[in-house]
This record gives sequence, C-alpha cells and structure tokens, in this order.
Amino acid sequence: MAGKPKLYYFNGRGRMETIRWLLAAAGIEFEEQFLETREDLLKLQQDGALLFQQVPMVEIDGMKMVQTRAILNYISGKHNLYGKDLKERALIDMYVEATMDLNEMIMLHPIQPSETKAKHFATVIEKATTRYFPVYEKALKDHGQDFLVGNRFSRADVQLLETILMAEECKPDILSKFPVLQGFKAKISNIPTIKKFLQPGSQRKPPLDEKLVPKVKSIFYTDNE
Amino acid sequence: MSGKPKLTYFNGRGCMESIRWLLAAAGVEFEEEFLETREQYQKLIKGGALLFDQVPLVEIDGMKIVQTRAILCYIAAKYNFYGKDLRERALIYMYVEGTADLMGMIITFAFTPPKERNLALIIERATTRYFPVYEKVLKQHGQEFLVGNRFSWADVQLLEAILMVEEKEPTVLSKFLVLQAFKARISNIPTIKKFLQPGSQRKPPPDDQYVATVIEVFKKD
Repeated sequence: MAGKPKLYYFNGRGRMETIRWLLAAAGIEFEEQFLETREDLLKLQQDGALLFQQVPMVEIDGMKMVQTRAILNYISGKHNLYGKDLKERALIDMYVEATMDLNEMIMLHPIQPSETKAKHFATVIEKATTRYFPVYEKALKDHGQDFLVGNRFSRADVQLLETILMAEECKPDILSKFPVLQGFKAKISNIPTIKKFLQPGSQRKPPLDEKLVPKVKSIFYTDNE
Repeated sequence: MSGKPKLTYFNGRGCMESIRWLLAAAGVEFEEEFLETREQYQKLIKGGALLFDQVPLVEIDGMKIVQTRAILCYIAAKYNFYGKDLRERALIYMYVEGTADLMGMIITFAFTPPKERNLALIIERATTRYFPVYEKVLKQHGQEFLVGNRFSWADVQLLEAILMVEEKEPTVLSKFLVLQAFKARISNIPTIKKFLQPGSQRKPPPDDQYVATVIEVFKKD
C-alpha cells in the first residue's frame, strides 16, 4: 500500500502551504522533498513527474497529483473535511476560494516590483478587512456555531485560520474589528492537530524571507510564469 | 421549487463561459442577467447578492453561488459530470485546472495592453505544456473520453479550451491527431452541438466594447 504522502516543492510556503495545513489538520503525516535549484525542477520535469511541468506535486495513494486545488479537493474528500452533501460542499468551496484569493495576494507581495509594493500591501489589507473578513465574521455570528459550515470542522475552517494568521503577519491588529473571528481563531488553533502544527518543529513553513526572493525566482521564473 | 439557474455576469465570456459550457453540456436551460453599468453592479452588492462583491454569480437550487470553481464543482457533481469516485474526481479536476490555466491566459489577453500581449507564449504553452498531456492521455487509454470512459467536465472544458486557442491560431492542433478526433467527437454530442450553433447562449470572443464595459463597471471611484 502507499506510504505517507510526499510533497515536492521548495522549502517555503508558496502554493504548498495550504496543502500542508490540510494534511496536518487531518492528522496525516507527510514527507517532503525540497527543490533547491532550477536543476531540481528540471529533473522532475524531465522524469515526467509533473503533469503540467509545475509544482506543487504530491505523491499520494499511488498518484502523482498536481494542481493545488485538485490536491486540496482530494485530501478534503478523502478525510471528510468537505461537508456532508453537495450544498455544504458548495458553501465550503465559496469560502475557500475566497481565502485562496486573499492568500495569493499575500503570497505575491514579496515579489511585487518596488514601485508598487506599498500600494499592493494597502490593497491586501483593504481587501482582507472590507471584502473577506466581514463575510466570515457574519457567517459565524449568524449561526453561532464553532465551525463555518454544517456545525462540523471542515477545510473551510482550516483555510480561514491559515489566512487569518498570514494576514496577521502583515498587520498584527488586523482582526481588531472582528471579535467573532478572534474567538474562531482561538478555538480552531486549539484543535489538537492544528495546535501541534502551530508549534515550533512542525512542518509549517515561515513567511518568505525577502532575501530568499531572488533564489525562489531563479527556480521558477526563468521562462516566465 | 426553483426554476432555471440564473447567471449574472457581463454579456461576454470571461469567467462565466466555462459555466455556460457545462450547463449546456448537461442540457440544462439557464437564464442570464447581463451587467452593463456600474450602478447595476453596486445595486447587486448593496442587495447582498454577491458574497464577496464579485461575479460570476449563479442562482441555483435556492443558493446564490459565487466563485467560479465553486459553481463549476456544484454543477459538475449535480449533473454527474464529476466522475464516479474520489480518484476519478481527482483526475478530472487536475485536467480541468490545466485547461483553466490555459484559458485564463486567453481571458487576460483581452485586458492586457496591446504592447504587452504575448500570443506566442499562449500558443507555446498550449502546444508544449497542455495539449501534449491530453493527447497522450487519450492515446494511452484509447477511449473516447478523458476519464473513466465516460463523458465528464474534463471533456467539456478541453473542447472549450481547444476552440478558444484555435480562434487565436487556427492550426494549433496540426500536430495533435488524437485531439483533432476528440474535438470532432465531442462537438457532435447533441447538447454540445446545439451549444455550438448560432443563436445559443455561447458568447463570442471579447471585443473592445466588452473590455470597456468590464473596466467601467469595476472602476474604483
């Protein structure tokens, strides 16, 4: 039978981090192989391991899965983190697509050209506090339950917590106007698998050190993306 | 019960077109409300119809679903276009994400200033990164459809992507014999054939007026 899932990516958050969060939340141990140079990526491509020549790639259950969302959907479905029916799944999908939009903005911040960096940052904060967080604040407030959907822990909760923490790294008091989200953050952080992932020594990756941006770019961006 | 699904978007392809394709493939009739002015958009927001202030919006089965992929996944699953188990679903979703990336390049093309447009890159990606994958998949199992020997969302979206790239470069499939046959076959499925005929709800490629409308509606005050 298949062993632990194995993640192929560079040693940083990027698009793989949400996958790490989800596996961790589900209590699934995983291995990682880090791309350190462009040659590492080229080798994977030449070996035919990457369906569309791109990472993230996750070896899981005998499949070499690519495309971040495909991987997340598979893990969620397999580990019952995707709601109980189509309607719950639709709600979860809406919520996670939005967190992924916000995550992506935050993720792309370090590689913004210096002329537009400050403006980009302001947009991130604005979108977080006026477009995204109010929706989750209201959803939780309206039903008064611990979890976003169906009164049950799902990927939507994991991904929202991940995004909240990323946003707080940008602006520590970003949740100041969102008391329900503050409560949510505390509650979800205390779930044993999540709590473990939040501790030092876990496979959670730190924010991208600006000094490493050229190196990451050299792995991925030589031929434009 | 609710009636037909109702789509709210611009009168053009954008992020809604894949949704139109999927509904059409499933033989589901749908209504459309077209965004034409900023006032209309702001009215939608004020009315609370747009969860994250964004379109596409599809009202279906009593829900107001936003986020393109959320909508597509719901429709695909509801109408049995999403495979028979988790593994088929994984494969289908990988394939659709590939075609979505390719089509995404073409969608943003219309909104890129002409000097910065890179059609050559789109064609290169199509012919070296994406089409070879689907050509190989179909060749290897020799079946009519990409996944599980059954018509799925992956087939619909691949056809959509092929036609979109062909609009930019008509000879793009010249080296992909299996895809040429696939294109002919899938185009002949009755629901798809109907959608490909004039008068259907399929939208034409974006023109300057479409681009101008979108920019105007989303313009910040």
